[in-house]
Amino acid sequence: MHTASVFVELGSIILVLGLLGRLAARYGFSPIPLYLLGGLAFGHGGLLPLSASGEFVATGAEIGVVLLLLMLGLEYTAADLVTNLKAQYPAGAVDFLFNAVPGAAAALLLGWGPVAAVVLAGVTWISSSGVIAKVLGDLGRLGNRETPVILSILVLEDLAMAVYLPILTALLAGAGLLAGSITLAIALATAGGVLFVALRYGRLISRFVSHKDPEKLLLVVLGLTLLVAGIAQQLQVSAAVGAFLVGIALSGEAAEGAHTLLSPLRDLFAAVFFVFFGLSTNPASIPPVLLPALALAVVTALTKVATGYWAARRAGIAVHGRWRAGGALVARGEFSIVIAGLAVTAGIEPGLGPLATAYVLILVVTGPLAARYTQPAVERLGELGASLRRVPRRKPAAGPPAVPTAGAGAGAGGLLEPDLGPVLEPALALDFEASASRDDPVGGPYRS
Amino acid sequence: MAIPRVRTTALPGVGTQYGLTTREHRQLSVIAHRDGSRTLNVYHSDDPDSCSQSFRLTRDESAALVDALLPDHHSPALLHNNDLGLVAERLPVTGTSRWNGRLLGETRMRTETGASIVAVLRRTGAVPSPAPDFRLAGGDTLIVIGTREGVDAAAAILGRE
Repeated sequence: MHTASVFVELGSIILVLGLLGRLAARYGFSPIPLYLLGGLAFGHGGLLPLSASGEFVATGAEIGVVLLLLMLGLEYTAADLVTNLKAQYPAGAVDFLFNAVPGAAAALLLGWGPVAAVVLAGVTWISSSGVIAKVLGDLGRLGNRETPVILSILVLEDLAMAVYLPILTALLAGAGLLAGSITLAIALATAGGVLFVALRYGRLISRFVSHKDPEKLLLVVLGLTLLVAGIAQQLQVSAAVGAFLVGIALSGEAAEGAHTLLSPLRDLFAAVFFVFFGLSTNPASIPPVLLPALALAVVTALTKVATGYWAARRAGIAVHGRWRAGGALVARGEFSIVIAGLAVTAGIEPGLGPLATAYVLILVVTGPLAARYTQPAVERLGELGASLRRVPRRKPAAGPPAVPTAGAGAGAGGLLEPDLGPVLEPALALDFEASASRDDPVGGPYRS
Repeated sequence: MAIPRVRTTALPGVGTQYGLTTREHRQLSVIAHRDGSRTLNVYHSDDPDSCSQSFRLTRDESAALVDALLPDHHSPALLHNNDLGLVAERLPVTGTSRWNGRLLGETRMRTETGASIVAVLRRTGAVPSPAPDFRLAGGDTLIVIGTREGVDAAAAILGRE
């Protein structure tokens, strides 16, 4: 009978997730907040407490984190990471200063102690590369000159995770300074070693893994990833980082194939992870931390805008593009939850999980809006400031008349890929009228 | 005439961007996504940092567009076009074609059009120089060589339902 009740519970969770995902797709926002809310509804103090499937969901959540990081690693090649690190490290440093520090300060202000400060620093620091890449595509801004700047900041953050997560794991395990330093040294050596091997022998590794038959490729990649993740966890380096490094080491055909094959698995287990996070949070604990979460969200949204502005200015991009880059970076998402999840599992501070939940809920929803409206809003403000009269002139903001690629090649809106088309369409239509005054890019002289 | 320079920018996690500045100082770029699709971007003339139009194209759409952009435009079915006035094309036999399951000889292709069928492509492999008793099947692709008119007539014959 135990199996039956596990099936019933799992089935109902996954079915509800699917329905929530469809709802999110219809209104064009990321399903992540809905999964979190779904978890809150099922969990302790929620509507339908689960009992039988708890263990499976917990393991599934761990696998979800590993797969999330593996897929992230597959997105990048080792060469990507190294070139970005060389070219953009000041932007990465500013990003860290502007966005990790407020999180740490907030934790200290709340009196949660240094370990929670390190956790919250990570939560506010890492932007959601999944949400942001999707938003840029939907807004038709992938070709913009500020986009490489945005993407390289995301790459640096992801690379920084490979250093940050081991430190966090050591801290959460309550390791002392010496043990922590040893762990960090191991982690850095491993990451450096993997990067070096991937740069030198990436093709050999990929050839070993690569296989024409999808089934074999899936089994080899998944097995290798879980094995490395497990060993990394044994070494106190953090399973997620092990998976990330496997993703980095794979390139070319093997990475392409693995990406296609593992996407559905990632979607399933990552959804389970978000639910699990919601499950381990008591809904009643959220209202008390709502105000701090809101304040933190406002502050760190502004600091992200400043980060993007600074990085784009450094890359020699004009003012419009600087604001666009700033707005695009606001969204936080899956990795803030991954970081908070580690802390919740370790059970350091009861308020941390609810705060992170509320924080991510706010920013994953407002992030895409910030990406869309930061630049027009700033210009509107500038006009208001410039006009000496009390009444602002109703001049259309010269926002980017991005044409949404709704539906067109938008893929099957996966877990980390909300389809923003329907929501943005009206706004974009307005913008398009504003751009009608521009000279028509299509009507150039036609020479045969 | 200077050869236009194409700038390459890596977009980590997205793909590669190829940018071009035209002789009229307009910006164009193409993003090659890793799944084979492409994004074609046209930039504002007054804000060259941002796209005014951005089109997502599938693999096939971009191939068709590239064909239209090539100086000597031809249809995607064309394999080769030499100066002697002969063309080689791929012609499909659809499942609803009247030749599905019939013999190659029954099409009277060479008699009527002067075009030669030099090979038949199937999933199982290619059949070079098929004889008149070769049995066609839906899904086959015929490689036909002849004059432009001959190949067009052959396409008309093969297209019969």
